[in-house]
Amino acid sequence: MRANRFGAALAVALTATLASCGSGEPTPQSTEAAQSPTAAAQGPVKLVYWTWAPNMDKIVDVWNKAHPDIQVTVSKQAGGDDAAAKYLTASKAGNPPDLVQAEYQHLPSFIAADAVADLKAETASIKAEFSDGLWNLVTLGTEGVYGIPQDSGPMMLFYRKDLFDKYGIAVPKTWQEYADAARTVRKKDSKAYLGTFSSKDPGAFTGLAQQAGAQWWSISGEQWKVNIADEPTKKVAGYWDGLVKEGAIDDMPFFTPEWNKALNDGKLLSWPSAVWAPGVLSTNAPKAKGKWAIAPLPQWNAGENFSGFWGGSSVAVSAKTPNKAAAAQFATWLNTDPAALDLLVKEAAIYPAATKAQSALGEAPEYFSNQPDFWQQAAGVGAGARGFTFGPNVGVTYNAFKDAFDKALQNKSPFTDAIQTMQDTTVADMRKSGFQIAS
Amino acid sequence: MTTVSHRRPRGGGALAGLAPTALLLIGAIYCLFPVLWVLIAATKSPAELFSTSTLAFGTGFFDNVADLFAYRDGVFWLWAGNTLIYAGGGALLSTAVSAVSGYALAKYRFPGRNLIFNLLIGGILVPAVVLAIPQYLLFSKIGLADSYWAVLLPQILHPYSIYLARIYAAAAIPDSLLEAGRIDGAGEWRLMSRVAMPLMVPGMVTIFLFQFVAIWNNFLLPFIMLGDDGKFPLTVGLFTLLQSGANQPSLYNLILTGAFLSLVPLIALFLTMQRYWRTDLSSGAVK
Repeated sequence: MRANRFGAALAVALTATLASCGSGEPTPQSTEAAQSPTAAAQGPVKLVYWTWAPNMDKIVDVWNKAHPDIQVTVSKQAGGDDAAAKYLTASKAGNPPDLVQAEYQHLPSFIAADAVADLKAETASIKAEFSDGLWNLVTLGTEGVYGIPQDSGPMMLFYRKDLFDKYGIAVPKTWQEYADAARTVRKKDSKAYLGTFSSKDPGAFTGLAQQAGAQWWSISGEQWKVNIADEPTKKVAGYWDGLVKEGAIDDMPFFTPEWNKALNDGKLLSWPSAVWAPGVLSTNAPKAKGKWAIAPLPQWNAGENFSGFWGGSSVAVSAKTPNKAAAAQFATWLNTDPAALDLLVKEAAIYPAATKAQSALGEAPEYFSNQPDFWQQAAGVGAGARGFTFGPNVGVTYNAFKDAFDKALQNKSPFTDAIQTMQDTTVADMRKSGFQIAS
Repeated sequence: MTTVSHRRPRGGGALAGLAPTALLLIGAIYCLFPVLWVLIAATKSPAELFSTSTLAFGTGFFDNVADLFAYRDGVFWLWAGNTLIYAGGGALLSTAVSAVSGYALAKYRFPGRNLIFNLLIGGILVPAVVLAIPQYLLFSKIGLADSYWAVLLPQILHPYSIYLARIYAAAAIPDSLLEAGRIDGAGEWRLMSRVAMPLMVPGMVTIFLFQFVAIWNNFLLPFIMLGDDGKFPLTVGLFTLLQSGANQPSLYNLILTGAFLSLVPLIALFLTMQRYWRTDLSSGAVK
């Protein structure tokens, strides 16, 4: 009896699932409807936009209300390196979204895979809205324009003002002073460190290398030049190597529970990070609110004003979309229209790439209420930030960074060897993928 | 003599019984401790998460739940519903397919039977993870990528479940019973649905549970197949919370609460289905 009832229940449930799948069917067709040229003539253009910026759906709602002929649907994705891999796979399989959030370091891999459209004609009028450094990140120094800059992450030094005062440490202006300060901290409190070197965050190291003037990739004609093991990068690696080996700074990775705890307990006194750090600090170290302050990154030579970028992304248009013009129109609005930029800052909490929007930022982040000139400082730092052209396989380079530096920390081997491993791994992978490498 | 021989196994049994019990206890702690950790972490408010002791309960559970349900207008429920469709629908379909195929492989002799079975056994050796990307490319070609079917279909044919069903059918369905049915004039369909399937129910429950848990926890397949966040299951949905970009406040407390809440249905399912499982096994044994 029981068995029979179970069988019946099984049958009922089966049909229910089938029915629910059936009813779910029509919705996924929206992208395809948009892709058929007839649909565009009949109704509004429908665009799908992959992003992981928070509240982007609310910002897009504003656009959708004002533009009944171009309707954008936000599909919130998981960000980071996986997002880039997923977009490339979708593009290869022939069903990418129309628009995609592309981090600057991943954009070249999209271009190499012919996954993003050249927006040169559509963006001619907005080039002036962005700094040359940022614009270079979406052109790679070529004639094409492969995305519209959305946010940016110039790096600066975040430090515990109260503890610096307590230990009598002046804000370091050069990396030499930073090293001295690190030693002082160790002397004053044996449990505290001035900072930590993370072997899990290639983005941070890249920013520091950029500050020192590194140029990891460059293109000349059809040929790539890879120069990860260049002098500035080796200088940066050697500097941190010395501090870690000496025990002057810690070697725990960022964004781990143990790191959070150290920030909370005041056992980590500084963090060379990017302009978006307040968001991280406010959730990971809520107890230290109002105790942090910002300063420009320490410099390699006194009197300079250089910085690098950690993070930041652009909005790219898929090479396969049949509605390139509409997509470019939306991406332009999103990243240059004053009303949209205002929403990006307020709803998505990003540091906008558009120069005008950067200077329009008023009130400091709540976590930094003690630093009313937060955004003015950031703008000053941003002006001196220099990026470099990213290569077509940054994912490989970044993974090589993690592996090689993990090993270097474990075996106490020189960081410069790890840099050489990054260089060799990157070149080997590019050769394998068929890129021409200038030697 | 008899007393001695009685005592000896008793004493040895108690000692010998201790080791397996201890081993099982260690195993249970090993498996349950992470669950306990998630439960404890889910009760912590964001401020407590990294500042209080690991095993101390926090005070923020209800706030976390409220925040999670409010996140993006309750998208958690949508993901939970999707997970239920994928896991429930997928497990039911997979159980039905496995039971029928297992029964056919166990009780019918037809050309190619061994070949099919050996191919299926070979299929057990291929991890599903390896197949995800080829499946995605195939589904894209037939226009089914980014649909519910893209996640459901690949999980229906599960070689291990078919293997299990075959073993179970061979053991639980006596040939004489089928013969008797044939002599009484029952058709093959009637034999299967009225005689064979009821006998296979405990085996089917096992397969259902296996598949339900496997699909519930599956991450890679839906991650690759689905682009529309309205179709995400919980695993992929919660991952978007984790990877919301370095420049955003992390949502650890929501993720932990979500992970904990998504465990609850699995535990409930196991407790209810397990009872069912046991009674059928024992009722078979009494016969």
